[in-house]
Amino acid sequence: MYSPEILLTAVLNGLMTGSVYALIALGLTLVYGVLHIINFAHGATLTAAMFAVYVLHGAAGLDPYVAMIVTVPGLFALGYAVQRLVIGPASHGDDGNILLVTLGLAIIIENALLAWFRSDTRSIDVPYGFSVIEVGTLFLSLPRVIAVFGVLLVALLLWLFLARSTTGQAIRAVAKEKTGAALVGIDVGHIYAVTFGLGAACLAVAASLLMPTFLVNPRIGNAFVLVAFTIVVLGGMGSIPGALLGGLFIGVVESLSGLFMGESLGQIGIFLIFILVLLIRPTGLFGAKA
Amino acid sequence: MTKTAPGIRRRSLLAASAALPLAAPHVRAQPAAVKIGIIQPVTGALAQDGEHGRLGAEIAINEINRTGGIKALGGAQIQMVFGDARSTPEGGVAEVERMQGEGVAAIVGRFASPICLATTQAASRYDIPYIVDVGVSDQIVTRGLKNTFRFAPGFGTVTRTALDNLVAINEAAGKPAQTAVIVHEDGLFGSGMARLLNTQLPERGFRVLETIAHPTPSRDMSNVALRIRALQPDLIIPSSYYGEFVLLARTMQQQRIRPKVGIYAVLNGAASNFRFVREFPDAANHIMDCNHWADPRKPKTAEVRAAAEATGRFWLYNIPLNYSCVRLLADAIERAGSTDRVKIIEALAASTFADHIMPYGPTKFENGQNMGARPVNTQVQGGDIKLIFPREFADAQPVFPAA
Repeated sequence: MYSPEILLTAVLNGLMTGSVYALIALGLTLVYGVLHIINFAHGATLTAAMFAVYVLHGAAGLDPYVAMIVTVPGLFALGYAVQRLVIGPASHGDDGNILLVTLGLAIIIENALLAWFRSDTRSIDVPYGFSVIEVGTLFLSLPRVIAVFGVLLVALLLWLFLARSTTGQAIRAVAKEKTGAALVGIDVGHIYAVTFGLGAACLAVAASLLMPTFLVNPRIGNAFVLVAFTIVVLGGMGSIPGALLGGLFIGVVESLSGLFMGESLGQIGIFLIFILVLLIRPTGLFGAKA
Repeated sequence: MTKTAPGIRRRSLLAASAALPLAAPHVRAQPAAVKIGIIQPVTGALAQDGEHGRLGAEIAINEINRTGGIKALGGAQIQMVFGDARSTPEGGVAEVERMQGEGVAAIVGRFASPICLATTQAASRYDIPYIVDVGVSDQIVTRGLKNTFRFAPGFGTVTRTALDNLVAINEAAGKPAQTAVIVHEDGLFGSGMARLLNTQLPERGFRVLETIAHPTPSRDMSNVALRIRALQPDLIIPSSYYGEFVLLARTMQQQRIRPKVGIYAVLNGAASNFRFVREFPDAANHIMDCNHWADPRKPKTAEVRAAAEATGRFWLYNIPLNYSCVRLLADAIERAGSTDRVKIIEALAASTFADHIMPYGPTKFENGQNMGARPVNTQVQGGDIKLIFPREFADAQPVFPAA
């Protein structure tokens, strides 16, 4: 049996890892809530955002957090344009097609990154990369603590945006009733693209929060997206609080089951929950009834 | 034959290659190129190793072609037929089938054991001579496949040598290390290694405190670090691929966890990788590895390393191994005097090739395994990777205990 100190550290580690899962799930769930499709290019977009942070650090000397000034608007614009110019026209009005188009985009992005950056695993060294906050006998990684607060801030901003702004209202309207929203004069195509852009912008933030302690190679996004998908299902497809709490919960489950059952078997914990949720509460913790 | 036009050269390849030794003195036309298949995973999880493997093969092929090709075949140039195994056994087998279609004389390659097992078997159906570069699973050479040759040491040899060397280094330092924690990836490679270490370490006087498995890819190694902190081992023995080991080493440095004596890796993905050493010199410093490594005393090694680094890549063991494997194959084709696959297999089986850049003697194959092949110990010292053991190859002294 482990000492309480180790258990506490494992829970905190889980919360810190889980917060980043939550942010990635946030983008995924937002796009699902409005467009009703799973964006298969989510993982590849995350990888691209991480490479963007890597390049800005290497070429322009930008700190990963400062790089957000460039990457967040950049990814938003990219997401907007891709939805407006590629996914939207290619879907021909059928949501099923969107799924295939995003899958195709994922393949293109991953292989383009492979061609540019080759397959090496890269990481960046920032002065605070190894800094810790000492709490009693615990060493909490500074960049990972920053990540937790970063994620909470983004979730709050996103929630305020959706609840208070006109565009946010329009997004919620389109999510609820596409045809009705179009009838009252909402530009559904524009709202789709804004949502897609927001999903991509979430990934830009996640990339900046990850890079000080993590690494990047052309396949790395996939490591996160399967978990993010589980979180979206757990929290309820399209639910923002669901994604946030689900992410933190899955992070802790993964950490504790990893500690007790070993890192390999620990993954089972995540997917057991996935199956249980599907069996017992298919709409997820915060999901609306279909 | 005397007026071979380029257009029909490809179609008459088989006839030409059989007839060339006879025809060569009478023709001035370029002899048909010898096609060699190079299979490496250059996409997917193992792409980094695959790319470096391909680079080593390319350096060898360029060198052979520049210095007159295969002389026994009238100076025939070597033509590389490259196949991407996409990091999966199925991908590898598909490439073997394609190479059979292209009519290659032999195949070199395949990093990673599961892929090697599948591809060598596929190649054996067509009697394609097959030189395995890195796959360490001993099953590769114990299935009785006549076409399969492994230049590098297998799992049994590597682990036995790694343990013998550890005992020797430990004893020379006054036995500071007595306990160990094993960290391994949960695939065929890491799990097999962990099983073996668990039986062998106690026999050599070490106590295994715990064996920790982790998946590839891992998103977080904090828990592994936590358990290491709780166990306080003298040694950590990791067998992981690159990304996970880097994460573990960084997490341990951040959490200020140092094993009392050091990190002694066996066939580790990162401990002999310059990217890791350059990016995190502090986390990497003094990590030891028992692995494939080129012989630093051979002049050719520096030459191949310079050629590799000129392409903007780091020096990894895949490069000298594939360079040596292609040279070994070229030597066999030279002695076979033919691209006939059976003759090449016979030439490889009887091979005593010494012009490679690994710290082995001349090749001597028994059931397809090069019996002289040995791993060596490296240690990261001051931003460089040094060979520390055995002494006869070493270019530095071990720092042990390293903590």
